Amino acid sequence: MSRTIIPFGPQHPVLPEPLHLKLVVEDETIVEAIPALGYVHRGLETLASIRDYNQMVYIVERVCGICSCIHAMCYCQGLETMMNVEVPSRAKYLRVIWSELHRIHSHLLWLGLFADGFGFESLFMQFWKIRERVMDINEATAGNRVVISVNVVGGVRRDLDKTQQRWILDELDKLEKELRQLMKTMLDDYTVKKRTVGVGVLTAEQAIQLGAVGPTLRGSGVAQDARQLGYAAFDELDFEPVTSPEGDSWARSKVRFMETLQSMDIVRQAISRLPDTELAAKVPGKPTGEVVCRVEQPRGELLYYLKGNGSKNMERVRIRTPTFANIPPLLAMLPGAQLADVPIAALTIDPCISCTER
Amino acid sequence: MGLLENWINKGRLKSPWVVHFDCGSCNGCDIEVLACLTPVFDVERFGIINVGNPKHADVLLVTGTVNHRNKKVLKNIYDQMPDPKAVIAIGACGTSGGVFRECYNVVGGVDQVIPVDVYVPGCPAKPDAIIDGVVTALDVVKAKLGLGEMPKVTVID
Amino acid sequence: MPTHSEILNATPIAADAVVAQARSMFDQGYRLVTMSVVDLGDGNVDIFYHYDLNNEMTHFRLTHPKDKPVPSISPVYFAALLVENESRDHFNLQFDGLVLDFNRTLYLDEEITSTISAPFCKISTIQKKD
Repeated sequence: MSRTIIPFGPQHPVLPEPLHLKLVVEDETIVEAIPALGYVHRGLETLASIRDYNQMVYIVERVCGICSCIHAMCYCQGLETMMNVEVPSRAKYLRVIWSELHRIHSHLLWLGLFADGFGFESLFMQFWKIRERVMDINEATAGNRVVISVNVVGGVRRDLDKTQQRWILDELDKLEKELRQLMKTMLDDYTVKKRTVGVGVLTAEQAIQLGAVGPTLRGSGVAQDARQLGYAAFDELDFEPVTSPEGDSWARSKVRFMETLQSMDIVRQAISRLPDTELAAKVPGKPTGEVVCRVEQPRGELLYYLKGNGSKNMERVRIRTPTFANIPPLLAMLPGAQLADVPIAALTIDPCISCTER
Repeated sequence: MGLLENWINKGRLKSPWVVHFDCGSCNGCDIEVLACLTPVFDVERFGIINVGNPKHADVLLVTGTVNHRNKKVLKNIYDQMPDPKAVIAIGACGTSGGVFRECYNVVGGVDQVIPVDVYVPGCPAKPDAIIDGVVTALDVVKAKLGLGEMPKVTVID
Repeated sequence: MPTHSEILNATPIAADAVVAQARSMFDQGYRLVTMSVVDLGDGNVDIFYHYDLNNEMTHFRLTHPKDKPVPSISPVYFAALLVENESRDHFNLQFDGLVLDFNRTLYLDEEITSTISAPFCKISTIQKKD
């Protein structure tokens, strides 16, 4: 049978971002998928040679607007290790609170886009409606809805007072109630399951060999989560990685749904144990040496390699983002799928192209 | 001016259709553009509809910096849109290149490639500001049709 | 004890051992986290191979001349395909045996590759003129 190449993207309805795949198809079945990137490539790692290490915090936040807080946190933690700074424990807990709020809003955003991907527009609207509660929390506590800039090297810049803490807990209770109402539709509905069960299957062995991270890895039954490494205050909080053994699109959406609920629980724990200390430690000297630092983003494990040379500019900032690691698994799960299932499978890795290309 | 033309212009200005193009943005502005469409901000109550096809659109929303690969795509989308059209550059990156203006692969703001009518600053721009930008763009379209004055440049500190 | 951030402690490795090492890591069930490339400024680059097994990381350091081809590990770890192509774009490195070679067009277009030979190398990391 003759082969045809169908371009998927860069401008297409399922994602606002320019994800571009060249799909080689035989009739309706995908034979091969070839990625084409570069529509969002800026080359921001080179800015490390012009901006000093404190200014770079604000640059790395703009690697990706959705998980900005977590990028900055990873970068700051790497520098703190390099410069031997002990972060005050209140700052650690506040970092947990803001990063988990980011995870909640990112997962809700994805669940909405995913619902839109299989044509369930009212579900998309529902998820985005309840997501606005988290955006309100961000705006009220940090002054901006998306890029909140709370991290600095050595700690955090903002505090949460008692009224704000109470209000956050209130909002989370309302959010959880609304989210649980959508659970049945997202995970048990017959038509939704028809679109998601068995689509884009990735076995646990494949997932590890292809370097999958985050919910893509946990959706294949591998219990690996960088939060287990105990960065910030995660070593003092109770949580277990959410996994699901099926390895298909349904499993990945279930992992993200459950993680949203789990993150709310983590925020509650962190607020209840918030210690009373300084917000930021003094940072002496200039960074020297090489550090590798990892945190868990909503999309998976994020790795920073930092090299300092004793001057105010970093010698190298290298960012390995989760979507960059999740593209090879996507290429492996597409062959054999139907053309109409490509948007579903592509969405389940939660692609963030601005992360991937930086 | 004929009756039919009057009627078409009225529709054009009452219900602008927008097409959104992500041109190397960090996603911050993209999700704010999408947030405009969802229940809390809900621009559809003003008749603003997000379409996927540039040939259906009156207003082009561009987020993010222009780089060497997507400038051709951006130009292409702009050329496909029927006149009269308005372009809105959203966010600090869209207006000038933002924090990325010194990166080697960045051309600069959207105005380096296509003419821009309205700039919406902010990093990222808030949904309220984006809606305000679209409303201002409608005045631009109105002026282009010869039905009103071009809106004055306003600078908000 | 696995840690989230560590001072890099990488085992040096020779260029001809890279692929065999990757094969043995693959067989032991390691996940390739990524590779990092740093320009050392003296005509050499440091290439780091980061592997992970159950959240514990192992690093290897290959110091290699910039103009000589690096053996590609993409036949072993398919996931190395993207990062090796990225290094080709950024540092103008050559890779031997790359499974899918974008030939420096993964991210960059001709406007850049014809004016800046390797944007991430020290000699060409210059500010834009205007």
